[in-house]
Amino acid sequence: MSQDKQATHEPRDEAAVFHVHGVTKVYQMGEVQVHALRGVDLDLYRGEFTVLLGASGSGKSTLLNILGGLDTPTDGHVFYGGRDLTRATEGELTEYRRDHVGFVFQFYNLIPSLTAQENVAVVTEIAKAPMQPAEALQLVGLGERLDHFPAQLSGGEQQRVAIARAIAKNPDVLLCDEPTGALDSKTGIVVLEALQRVNQELDTTTAVITHNAGIAQMADRVIYLADGSISDVRMNLTKLAPRELSW
Amino acid sequence: MKALDIKLWRELWGMRMQALAIAMVIVGGVSIFIMSLSTLDSLYETRETYYRDHHFAQVFASLKRAPLPLVQRIETIPGVDKVETRVVAYVNLGVTGFADPVSAHLVSLPDRSRGLLNQIYLRKGRLVEPGRDHEVILSEEFAQVHKLEAGDTLRATINGRRKTLTVVGHALSPEYIYQIAPGAMFPDYQRYGVMWMARKPLASAYDMDGAFNDVTLTLSKDSNEQDVIDRLDELLKPYGGIGAYVRKDQLSNRFLTEELRQQETIATVFPIIFLGVAAFLLNVVASRLISLEREQIAGLKAFGYSNFAVGLHYLKLVLMIVGLGILGGIAAGIWMGKGMSNIYMEMYSLPFMIYVLKPKVIVAAAVFSMLVAILGTLYAVRQAAKLPPAQAMRPEPPALYHATLVERLGLQRWFSQPTRMILRHIERRPLKSLLTTLGIAMACGVMMIGGFQEGAIDHMVEVQYSMSQREDLIAIYTEPTSLRSLYSLLSLQGVEHVEGFREVSAKLQFEHRFYRTSLQGLQPDGELKRLLDTDLKVVDLPQQGVILTDHLTELLHIKPGDMLTIEVLEGNRPTVQVPLIGTTKEFIGLNAYMQREALNRLLKEGNAISGALLTVDERYQREVYGDLKDMPRIAGVVEHKSAIQAFYDTLAETVLYFTFVTTLLGGSIAFGVVYNNMRIALSERNRELASLRVLGFERREVAYILLGELGILIMVAIPLGLFIGYGLCAYLAFQFNNDLYRIPLVLGMNVYAFAALVVIISSLISALMIWRNLAHLDMVAVLKTKE
Ligand SMILES: Nc1ncnc2c1ncn2[C@@H]1O[C@H](COP(=O)(O)OP(=O)(O)OP(=O)(O)O)[C@@H](O)[C@H]1O
Ligand SMILES: [Mg+2]
Repeated sequence: MSQDKQATHEPRDEAAVFHVHGVTKVYQMGEVQVHALRGVDLDLYRGEFTVLLGASGSGKSTLLNILGGLDTPTDGHVFYGGRDLTRATEGELTEYRRDHVGFVFQFYNLIPSLTAQENVAVVTEIAKAPMQPAEALQLVGLGERLDHFPAQLSGGEQQRVAIARAIAKNPDVLLCDEPTGALDSKTGIVVLEALQRVNQELDTTTAVITHNAGIAQMADRVIYLADGSISDVRMNLTKLAPRELSW
Repeated sequence: MKALDIKLWRELWGMRMQALAIAMVIVGGVSIFIMSLSTLDSLYETRETYYRDHHFAQVFASLKRAPLPLVQRIETIPGVDKVETRVVAYVNLGVTGFADPVSAHLVSLPDRSRGLLNQIYLRKGRLVEPGRDHEVILSEEFAQVHKLEAGDTLRATINGRRKTLTVVGHALSPEYIYQIAPGAMFPDYQRYGVMWMARKPLASAYDMDGAFNDVTLTLSKDSNEQDVIDRLDELLKPYGGIGAYVRKDQLSNRFLTEELRQQETIATVFPIIFLGVAAFLLNVVASRLISLEREQIAGLKAFGYSNFAVGLHYLKLVLMIVGLGILGGIAAGIWMGKGMSNIYMEMYSLPFMIYVLKPKVIVAAAVFSMLVAILGTLYAVRQAAKLPPAQAMRPEPPALYHATLVERLGLQRWFSQPTRMILRHIERRPLKSLLTTLGIAMACGVMMIGGFQEGAIDHMVEVQYSMSQREDLIAIYTEPTSLRSLYSLLSLQGVEHVEGFREVSAKLQFEHRFYRTSLQGLQPDGELKRLLDTDLKVVDLPQQGVILTDHLTELLHIKPGDMLTIEVLEGNRPTVQVPLIGTTKEFIGLNAYMQREALNRLLKEGNAISGALLTVDERYQREVYGDLKDMPRIAGVVEHKSAIQAFYDTLAETVLYFTFVTTLLGGSIAFGVVYNNMRIALSERNRELASLRVLGFERREVAYILLGELGILIMVAIPLGLFIGYGLCAYLAFQFNNDLYRIPLVLGMNVYAFAALVVIISSLISALMIWRNLAHLDMVAVLKTKE
């Protein structure tokens, strides 16, 4: 653990896709201040599959949002390639998200008035080299449900549409906030396989938040968050395939 | 189609009723704008074309009698282009089967011609044949109401001699677009008409062979109007000229101009109200939609949609609703504009109507409503675009409620729990509550305008013809006549009371301002013509000095005590200085009054009168008409009451149409505001209400919580609306004022009641629609899903 923590303090590693340095996030809630992140240092590498674990409220989503350019830290820096995201303009952040990031939200965020296929199309229409929406839905096992509206899908199916939407653009970075939270083991495995495929075939840097410690076994690296700080980092020497996971 | 555009269409379809309710309000604004402006342009264009093609004169002058060779001297006035002299007479007519007094202007026409200037538009029949001295062409409306066709005859008293005239055609003239008898306020086609006749017989009847008593001119481009008028007046003075005037002051043209001005006011006031309300509604609806979709918006932004793209998406939705309203408004506006133009064509004697719809009017309507709509929603859309995506993804924090004013005052024990919920809800969003109230109030105010016109005219007529002018008939003499002639009138069977009056044209001047009108000499203790003050109390005529119509003192900037210069334009044309003693309230015309004897003295004449006011026993009215018609000294008989009746009949239609339109529009605003507010309240409080239902509240109680809020706002809005309506009417009345007439601000209880009632009814309709929605409140679905 201490080893890896040291590594983040070394001069910038050329292979790192993300270089996170001293990131804090403070939310002002009226009189009280909520410290969601308290000085996080972290590097993520090209093609690496990382799992983020931690108690509820430990700051996982906050960190992922900052990586994805959805939020800006109160302090510290986040480098993507050579670019400092904390100094990027609104327009640059938009461009970054559009061209590089695939996102799976904790609460799906599907558009209720659009069908599964159309929900995916919303993203592929503005992406550079996307898959066909139907193809992406096929990957998450929803090839038969293309024309269903979110209200006609179960929670798990909605979550899979959200995942299809994230992988459909063939992103450089895939950030997933509890992608299997609403899924049973069988469909969970389908979804994880789809994530892994994108990760391996396109060399996509992938970060997955989960409450399911079992999933950690398929990661290259597991990062533990506690109360806004990284409490532990573990390398996985033997990665398991999704179907071998103990759910 | 892009996925986002599909979303747009589906959502629009989902909120179609709300969209429609908003579009209706925009339809109201756009259609009135297009209707008024296109009617205005059409009237201008029609008038211009008519005036140009029919060589409508630019300068007009009447005189007593001048020899024809004077024309050469008129022609040499610099700036004069064409000159036409005419013989014009005011005559009494007898129409078979119609006992009331009828008068007409008889205008000479050159042989085989429609005239050089003021050419008539022959609608039917033919021109008068030279040498046939009994042929006449009638003004179309007059001929139509009396069903007089070519070959029919009528009897006329021309300069005291009876003559039978034969109709040969129907015509219209640019000079008589608004056709009213001298001194009258309203057109009355039954009792007043215009006739054209060959010059020779008319001239010889009036001893005008080789002479004229009326001249009209057109001017060359670079002429100086005032200079021409001055020189013409100088030339005509020795021949009894009563002062030349320009086209702007020509009676028919003036009425038309005032009408156009009113259209212009309507074209500005109404669209502003409607578009203002529409902007507010769009803001409310867009804000709600955006707050419902804040997570979707965050998602879109997370995928790399720019603020601009997201903003544009919602703007498109708004513009689609506005676009629908604009399209509907243009269609309705053209339809109403054409209808309105046709009403004008009939109301005024216009031979044709060129409907003009300028592209720039449509563009202005479209651009203006788009801009207003964008302005109305920009804030909401900006709010949507600028939210950082991570934050937007979290549900909105629960609304913060405060203890209400009522509770801070410690009055809460007087209110039930649901009522307290209502009060807190209103207080939480004061601006929205205020705007909602204002919107409903506007609807209420708009509806008062229809009723206001009717009340105003009632009051005008009541004051003018029941309180001020109380005679049944006015007999006008051909020449000033001795006061003694009243005895012969009084001796007629059925005549109850007679008062003589003297009337001359005069130019009234104070400092550099002047006004031409008639100066009337009244019997000081007269019963029939009484001057009234603002409180409708009778004003006594002073022995010395004059009394002016209040509006005239404002025009002249003169106040009691100042010396008014009066230049009499008849007889030996004395000019005198007379003190202004007081003012009188009059809604129609601008006049100057003094005691008859004082006017006689001023004119250096004996006890002369120009005419008489009579009251007549109703049973003998017909006989009296007949007797008066037979008196050669009497040029015309005016009877106001039937003229007013005729006017009311035509007015009733217009007022009804107008009331219908304002009610529809006001109702659509009320419905638009109330319905949209209720729908939004329902969507905002869906969960809360469903939970209450789960807790065992009845639909009735839930409806009370939801609708009670609007109920309270409506109760505040109605009195406010009546106040706004009063203000709107006052503004219109003020804008419509002119020297021809002043519109009093009189609003009956029925006007207030009607406006309030329409608001209440449209609110009830929307409440009923929401009541049905409440039945479908899905308790399970609402509680299962996350907010
Ligand atoms: N917009 C915000 N305003 C205020 N506080 C916030 C906001 N977003 C997050 N927080 C707070 O920051 C802390 C970390 O939140 P975060 O969502 O990152 O937790 P998490 O690890 O993702 O938890 P979970 O596993 O429950 O999703 C929490 O205490 C949360 O209440
Ligand atoms: Mg989280």
